[in-house]
Amino acid sequence: MALLELERISAQYPGVATPVLADINLSLGPRQLVVALGPSGSGKTSLLNLIAGFVAPSTGRITLDGQPVTGPGADRGVVFQDDALLPWQDVLGNVAFGLELAGMPRAQRERTAREMLALVDLSGFADRRIWQLSGGQRQRVGLARALAADPRVLLMDEPFGALDAFTREQMQELLLKVWQRTAKPIFLITHDIEEAVFLASELVLLAPNPGRIVERLQLDFGQRYAAGESARAIKSDPGFIETREHVLARVFSQRNAARRQESA
Amino acid sequence: MSSLELPVTHKGNVPVSATGPCRPLATRWISVLTLATLLLAWWLVTAAGWIEPLFLPSPGDILAKGWTLLTQGYMDASLWQHLGASLGRIGLALGAAILTAIPVGIAIGYNRVARGILDPLIEFYRPIPPLAYLPLIVIWCGIGELSKVLLIYLAIFAPIAIATATGVRTVDSAKLRAAQSLGASRAQLIRHVILPSALPDILTGVRIGLGVGWSTLVAAELIAATSGLGFMVQSAAQFLVTDVVVLGILLIALIAFALEMGLRALQRKLVPWHGQNH
Repeated sequence: MALLELERISAQYPGVATPVLADINLSLGPRQLVVALGPSGSGKTSLLNLIAGFVAPSTGRITLDGQPVTGPGADRGVVFQDDALLPWQDVLGNVAFGLELAGMPRAQRERTAREMLALVDLSGFADRRIWQLSGGQRQRVGLARALAADPRVLLMDEPFGALDAFTREQMQELLLKVWQRTAKPIFLITHDIEEAVFLASELVLLAPNPGRIVERLQLDFGQRYAAGESARAIKSDPGFIETREHVLARVFSQRNAARRQESA
Repeated sequence: MSSLELPVTHKGNVPVSATGPCRPLATRWISVLTLATLLLAWWLVTAAGWIEPLFLPSPGDILAKGWTLLTQGYMDASLWQHLGASLGRIGLALGAAILTAIPVGIAIGYNRVARGILDPLIEFYRPIPPLAYLPLIVIWCGIGELSKVLLIYLAIFAPIAIATATGVRTVDSAKLRAAQSLGASRAQLIRHVILPSALPDILTGVRIGLGVGWSTLVAAELIAATSGLGFMVQSAAQFLVTDVVVLGILLIALIAFALEMGLRALQRKLVPWHGQNH
């Protein structure tokens, strides 16, 4: 039984002939981590904005637990590429923000917020100001903030795109740990092939002009990491390398096809 | 920091004393020295008798006069009363302007219809010097306190409303979306995201407004008043009491300076994140 269902979704910007997304079918079930991978212009962010409810599709239907999605709401938590934290609140205030909006009393929401900070390994940072945090720490606060509101699904918009390679690997491992513990379904978009292959339980490959799904892969590397295997062992596994090269080849063939189309 | 000079960092084990010969003078001390030099020059030309006291009284005379004004007053009112009258007017006008201009600015920045209605009105009256429409206000509202407060209010209102609208329009859309995806309603968006985001701009608007308001106040008191610093300077000038004129001008400048410094301190306290790399 799928939680989140996208049926024949298309999206178009006014005044542009080619749709951003055409005929997208996608579902996100419990305990799934769906990763959408694609080059820039393939409509990844548009897809996430549609699910989050920031924009409305031109055709098609998006439902969460059978209820149509009509706008943004607390049932879909979003983690942004640029952390989008509120600098006038400290770390604890940011994490508790969703609960504050819901009208939860202070003591109760701060207790939940502290639990969430512990979940993302930021226990000692509750009283810090946002500008005193590093990029990776900010993203962890963003993750804790989205989780604190206890959403049905978690949407992540290139969450590690702006981080350095070392921090990014740490964050990927942290995300898998959080995914395992909270059992939240996650929809994540990225342009990093290795990240996509490592994290995804289902990998959706997007191609541009118009944005469409060209391949779906069922993968288990993330589950293997969550089950206790080391990240290095997984990433040097021949199966992992083979999958990564396969996805890479698909992305390149897309690009070459696009070039031929342009030059023709 | 207004200066672009970077602090020099010394590396290695060479001890550098704080009073070393190459150490540049701090900007603050340059300012203090300038003021001290000016004061000294003033004292010198008056003490040597090069300028008639009618044109420029000595600093000592001004201080003595200040004491007299404090204890005995001028034109039926003590210096405190003149000061209180001026500060009361600007305080009243500022309070009213803050209470009305911030909601108006939010409406302009947030709502298309409100922008269409209010923006041209504000942009139409804003460039008019307040003293140009003072006669009209006097015709409508008489020469009482209301006219003066209304005039200052109008002078302060526009900068605050415009700055607020700018602040609201430049709110980071990612922060808005983040709050929406956490379930924020429209009112909560304004209260928790838009207002704090716009606060640095609002405070800048208040600073500008207060500057404009203070000059307008003094000018209005020069024309129609029976108390206030502007009135004191004006009536002293008519009787050629130069020391009161100079004292009044200095006080007006000092208060403007204090207001500006106070607001800057308030800005640092209320929006510590402003200017941080975020």
